Amino acid sequence: MINFNFFVLPFTLGLIYVFLAVGKSWYRWIAALPAIDKVKLTNGLKHPGKIAAALREIFLESLIHRKMWKQNPLLGYMHMSFALGWFLLIILGNIESRYYSGTHLNAPYYPIFLKFFIHDKLVLFFEVYSVPFLFRFFMDFLLIFILSGLVLAFLKRKQSKWFGMKKTTSHHFTDRVAITTLWLIFPMRLLAESYTAGYYGNGGGFMTQPLGNFLVSLTPLPSDFVAYTMWWCYSLVLGIFFVMLPYSRYMHIPTEILLIFFRHCGIQPKKWYSSFSETEVQSCSRCGVCLDDCPMIAAGIQDSQAVYFISGVRDRYVPEEISQKCLVCGRCQEVCPVGISTDSLRLIKRREITSGQASDFRYLTNGHSGKGDVVYFSGCMTHLTPTIILAMKGILTRAGIDFIHLDADGSVCCGRPLMIAGKDRQANELIEFNKTLIRQTQARMLVTSCPICYRVFREEYNLPIRIQHHSQFLLNLIKTGKIPLQGHFSKVAYHDPCDLGRGTKTYEAPRELIGKVADLVNVREEREKAHCCGGSLGMFEASNSQRNLMTKAALDILVENQPETIATSCPLCKKTLGRHASMAVKDIAELVYEAIPRE
Amino acid sequence: MKDFGFTVQLDHSIDYDAKDKRMMRYVLYHEPSLDWCIGCGSCTATCSAGQFTLFNIRMAHTLLRRGETEKLKQELKKCMFCGKCQLTCPRGVNLRNVLLRINRAIELFG
Repeated sequence: MINFNFFVLPFTLGLIYVFLAVGKSWYRWIAALPAIDKVKLTNGLKHPGKIAAALREIFLESLIHRKMWKQNPLLGYMHMSFALGWFLLIILGNIESRYYSGTHLNAPYYPIFLKFFIHDKLVLFFEVYSVPFLFRFFMDFLLIFILSGLVLAFLKRKQSKWFGMKKTTSHHFTDRVAITTLWLIFPMRLLAESYTAGYYGNGGGFMTQPLGNFLVSLTPLPSDFVAYTMWWCYSLVLGIFFVMLPYSRYMHIPTEILLIFFRHCGIQPKKWYSSFSETEVQSCSRCGVCLDDCPMIAAGIQDSQAVYFISGVRDRYVPEEISQKCLVCGRCQEVCPVGISTDSLRLIKRREITSGQASDFRYLTNGHSGKGDVVYFSGCMTHLTPTIILAMKGILTRAGIDFIHLDADGSVCCGRPLMIAGKDRQANELIEFNKTLIRQTQARMLVTSCPICYRVFREEYNLPIRIQHHSQFLLNLIKTGKIPLQGHFSKVAYHDPCDLGRGTKTYEAPRELIGKVADLVNVREEREKAHCCGGSLGMFEASNSQRNLMTKAALDILVENQPETIATSCPLCKKTLGRHASMAVKDIAELVYEAIPRE
Repeated sequence: MKDFGFTVQLDHSIDYDAKDKRMMRYVLYHEPSLDWCIGCGSCTATCSAGQFTLFNIRMAHTLLRRGETEKLKQELKKCMFCGKCQLTCPRGVNLRNVLLRINRAIELFG
């Protein structure tokens, strides 16, 4: 028996279309991967452990939405009810249809519209645990599960605060069409199944049957006609949703699966726009979680956050201002439920804008650098905060370390400020110059006071010697008893610099160090969630007053627990925060230096 | 040429009617804060590149205003982009963006 009716066509055609469109995109992205990534992918797919790990992450993130749960339980439940509920509905619907058709080869539409084709006999009282009853029970249960998520989605439009979100994203036309059809799918299914159950007087579950009986009693029109219309509507909204999916934000559903596989195979973002970047861009669901956590919101900047930037990349048009209007502090990257490397995408775009700009550093001639065990590189920013240099030199001398201050007569920049503007090629000239200088010292360790330098030394320099930020170095000196400590500060709040914290994941060393010389007070948003001080070199398009607003917002959080001193480990943060703080802002090197008893 | 024992200086006068104002307009449109500059020279005094060579942001600003594109091109190549100038600026001029925008202007009109 062939079960067919013309109303299944919109759904079937939509389904075929979405499979072809997604398949084409997947094929294109995989084919366009750089050769090295292709090798990684094929090797990864031969590795059962990696596949299992990827599948586990797909289950946890794409269906359960674990990171969304962490963000806010209501938000997590809403996403889970749609994703997991729909997934289980498809699985159970398929099993149910196999039970009825008795064959393994069903038309793809058959499970979806099963209740139209099958009107099972009424389940009698003693048959409540029969197979058809259980199927109906769980199918209705899953439908309620999804509809509860739909109710929450409606509520979120009105009361986004309940979902832990102050701001929600504004969407494109295609997104609006897609979300409308998505929201209509399940109410349509409910109505179609209910009317059918009500008309035939059987075949429904614990929800659809009573609802169907009720609706049929209300409707003046012939209810078989209404039911048939509802099936048409159900098929149509499904079909339209499928056709819109590749052109809307819902493309993130199939793309994220591929992205998770890519990541588990060890594929990483490149310095240029690769097809890995494209999968990252398409995986952005535009949920807007990055909006609330962006420090720029404090300055009233609401058009260049990660979600809007990525949306622009996807539409192949990003105004220059949008690319440059970002602190590159990495906070959005920490909260992104998909884990998109937003900073690296931003820098790729900046490279496209500025990489062609000329530079000429031939005026740099190799000077004389002395020799020493430890080479201390203070960095450009530290030259603007000479107290840090004074403290570091004092501590190093006191500890009896054979050190050389590499940039005593002014720094050659480490290269990161150029790189953050997208000028990697130009930065390489400076990197090579500094590398030669450092090599000449024959030191076995490089210590820097600037997190910006520290990050680029670690990521780009490939030096054969140990590299430490001064927080790590000083902690080591104290632990090995090289410097005596006497004084003690009370109530110090620590501000995590972006490049040291999120940039190099150095959270513990500065805190442990402060613990040795002061009482550390808690800060509401710290470590991964720390606010940028507003002085970031990554920002180009913010005015001075906008930067001040960001600094004040960061300070407000720091002073919540009434600290007497604010400590940080970055000269740029010290300088920026110091302008607005009502208490002293000190680098941790200064704290340590002041705690050393004077001879 | 016969040596008279002295040289003739090249003409340094600028014809303000003939100069190319496009670069200046472009930079000022995208970074209006440049107009706040009082020419104090803090940027130049602290400049990282200025430690090693005769690089002078205040001069770059003057060249931009005068429309001396060729000289400006050569000057700007020396900038290391470290951002010290911006931090010392008492007027809060967004100097890194100024430099970035001059570079863009050179690409567009230079």
